[in-house]
Amino acid sequence: MDWDIVIGIETHVQLKTKSKQFSGASIAYGNEPNSQACLVSLAYPGVLPVLNHEAVNCAIKLGLAINAKIASRSIFARKNYFYPDLPKGYQISQMELPIVGPGHLSINANGKNKNVRILRAHLEEDAGKSSHGVSQGKTGIDLNRAGTPLLEIVTEPDMNSAEEAVAYAKKLHELVQWIGICDGNMQEGSFRCDINVSVKKKDTDVLGTRREIKNLNSFKFIKQAVDYEVNWQIETLEDGGKIDQATILFNPETGETKAMRSKEEANDYRYFPDPDLLPLLVSQEKIDEIKKSMPKLPDEIQESFQKELGLSEYDASEITANSDVTKYFLALVDLKVNPKLSANWILGNLYSRLNEEDIDINKSPIDTKRLAELINRIEDATISNNAAKKVFDFIWDKSSITVDQAIDELGLKQISDTVEIDLLIDEVLKNNQQMVEEYHSGKEKAFNALVGQIMKASKGKANPSQVNEILKQKIAK
Amino acid sequence: MLNLSLQSLSSHLEKKTFSSVELAQFYLERIKHHNPSLNAFITIDEERSLLMARNADELIAKGQKSPLTGIPIAQKDIFCSQGWTTTCGSKMLENFIAPYDAMVIEKFNEVGAVNIGKTNMDEFAMGSSNETSYFGPVKNPWNLDLVPGGSSGGSAAAIAARLAPAATGTDTGGSIRQPASLCGFTGLKPTYGLVSRYGMIAFASSLDQAGPMAISAEDCSLMMNVMTGHDQRDSTSIQRDKEDYGSKLNSSIKGLKIGIPKEFFREGLDPSVQAVIDSAIDEYKKLGAEIIEISLPNNHLAIPVYYVIAPAEASSNLSRYDGVRYGYRTKEYDDLMDMYFKTRQEGFGDEVKRRILIGTYVLSAGYYDAYYLKAQKIRRLISEDFTKAFKKCDVIMGPSAPSVAFKAGEKQDDPLAMYMQDIYTISTNLAGLPAMSIPAGFVSHLPVGLQLIGNYFSEAKLLNIAHSFQKNTDWHLQSAKGYE
Repeated sequence: MDWDIVIGIETHVQLKTKSKQFSGASIAYGNEPNSQACLVSLAYPGVLPVLNHEAVNCAIKLGLAINAKIASRSIFARKNYFYPDLPKGYQISQMELPIVGPGHLSINANGKNKNVRILRAHLEEDAGKSSHGVSQGKTGIDLNRAGTPLLEIVTEPDMNSAEEAVAYAKKLHELVQWIGICDGNMQEGSFRCDINVSVKKKDTDVLGTRREIKNLNSFKFIKQAVDYEVNWQIETLEDGGKIDQATILFNPETGETKAMRSKEEANDYRYFPDPDLLPLLVSQEKIDEIKKSMPKLPDEIQESFQKELGLSEYDASEITANSDVTKYFLALVDLKVNPKLSANWILGNLYSRLNEEDIDINKSPIDTKRLAELINRIEDATISNNAAKKVFDFIWDKSSITVDQAIDELGLKQISDTVEIDLLIDEVLKNNQQMVEEYHSGKEKAFNALVGQIMKASKGKANPSQVNEILKQKIAK
Repeated sequence: MLNLSLQSLSSHLEKKTFSSVELAQFYLERIKHHNPSLNAFITIDEERSLLMARNADELIAKGQKSPLTGIPIAQKDIFCSQGWTTTCGSKMLENFIAPYDAMVIEKFNEVGAVNIGKTNMDEFAMGSSNETSYFGPVKNPWNLDLVPGGSSGGSAAAIAARLAPAATGTDTGGSIRQPASLCGFTGLKPTYGLVSRYGMIAFASSLDQAGPMAISAEDCSLMMNVMTGHDQRDSTSIQRDKEDYGSKLNSSIKGLKIGIPKEFFREGLDPSVQAVIDSAIDEYKKLGAEIIEISLPNNHLAIPVYYVIAPAEASSNLSRYDGVRYGYRTKEYDDLMDMYFKTRQEGFGDEVKRRILIGTYVLSAGYYDAYYLKAQKIRRLISEDFTKAFKKCDVIMGPSAPSVAFKAGEKQDDPLAMYMQDIYTISTNLAGLPAMSIPAGFVSHLPVGLQLIGNYFSEAKLLNIAHSFQKNTDWHLQSAKGYE
């Protein structure tokens, strides 16, 4: 039987503000437990929330980046439930009127472009952390994270494969860093996805019952969890079983998903507008002001790379998939390096070497200046493309050596002197009269064989295009 | 001495007739003597109070005196006061020592006023008789068998018995005005947002408002000058130019248009109370005011609406008392749920639990629209009634409470009868309007309060209207037997 996979994603993006959503306490990661738990974080009697407008600006930026409507008036609501790491007994969130309305994000998965509709994005605060078993039979509560500003971004169920889910997550992950609202650190929980998965028979429009995989904080886990969950759901249904709506957890160690206790699903959060906070009003002037301060977006830049620099769609989208890569590329362009060659080198040799050694591009041992020199030496025919690869490998871990020094040291300088090439060719022709005859009698292949002999004689240093040209003239005579 | 205005006390301090320490000692002695029978104070801390008085004396000596420097003020135990136990009348916070000052406390500290003690109150300000306090009921100084009103009953009894020259209160549905009426003094609930709620333990956030309780309108104006002002720590605090609330006290009220809402004079109002109110209004006529009949057609919905909105907010506001971080935690428990259940079962009193249950219910899925949302809509209609009324009149007058003080225990088992105590006060909280209660006469030796309701930010005018009455009457200067 054929099945459709239907996926919607809710992403919690931790905003890169200095302080908490509703208090002045720091949101730094990894400090001594409760050292950032101010009276508001601790929900002391009588304390009140005060909105951090930096977080509001972040939400507006996201809204602009996904072409969404920014609500001129949005409302904070209380989501009520009891848990020890939720000090007030409610989370301040947005329910009925979120700050960011419908928008969209285009993704590319399996070579296909797709538009993912974003239903809404709203501001809320994070809870603290419970550490079970810190001492025997006890649970420790760390409220450093309590109140950290989050933007929850919710899509429509527009994705139909694990690959699309990952492509969306990656695109959003890149975007929020690009516009500077999130540090993107997935290990520290700055970007986490809840993924709603359901399956339905191909011949029906009726959606299946969804299960929500909570808190995935790596792209690999998203892929694994969705694949596992989809298989599980299809098998369950094909075996005549029934899917119950559930919140589930992915176990990275076993690669399996498992439903959480059903008790927790029965929560009635009793949302109502928070009377401690006034409606959040955002003026068009403010939106315009923020718009002006924002960097060009990846999609816009991709388009300009294609149109103005002549990159292929693939290269342009790869280069703009990461802001550091884009910056690296633009630095090369600024140094007047050929854009196409630059893209080839970044996406080819540089990428594979960086991946091999697990290094970020902004920490690349070959900086933009050295790569520019290298590419320029290919352009001015000092070295061949193949020789350049040798130079690249040679200078990778030698920061003190320049590209020109490396070319000298490796003896890779190309012979472009026509007299020298002339002599080389004459020598080879003299020793290979038979090939020349074969060529003259119509065997085109003989020409290539001759070129090979000449390159061999030059130890690979002769400029191949010059060799071609001069040889053609000579044997045509 | 006991009826001296804050202004006179202040000039005596300036002239050094007595020092702030002597003044504090005087009131502390009275508290020591009368509190065992009245139970008006939960916390008395002589040492702290006297330290504050000494600091005040130093300020006075240095010539850095403002009107309330060195004046003892009784603080309702709902305001967090650094270093003081701040209980909010609940077992839940029996041993809670506030690590910070509420804005109101901060303001009084800044001018060198003396905190003379923390006053008793209904638990989490939920009550109209001060019988829900975990620390026992407060008695009405006019008759110890009667209730002082609530929830600011401790502050009320303290003023009525002259255990402090002035006190703070909070008013969510009438908690300043109803006790002011039942104990015979002047109380003002300001426009919502005028006094910061920072550090004031929340009951119903959209209704809670702190205000002054004192002998006279003039005294209240001095307190208002200290208590009001924008506070960025409270997002609902209003940004406004500083106002001198005493500046209009002596303005003429000739031609004042007094609106009398017919809905305030229907069944439920004790006829003898009505007689007192009628004669007070006559007094205003004599002072040149004009009487206009008005209508507040939705006033009868104020109590039902209030008992949806206030409990809804309270149920959420009180979730933080879970035994995890501070306050009461049950002694023995099996697991987290058990700890939650027992802590809240043992830590909260019946009335608080009743309201948490109501609030939880009206916010629940399936009931939210029918109760909470509907109540919010009616709340707007109630506000509109006032907007319309203030097109016709400058001030609205009527009773503060339907009866004089009632017997302790009389309504304790009948919550609905108790809730009716606030029938005339609640609608102004729902609308966010300022209102006062001033002594207007007596019924069987028990005080009756006249309520004055003003338009938004008309506190100075209200005080002027009240002061005009008090210049021509002496109801506010009468004190209960045994406390003269």
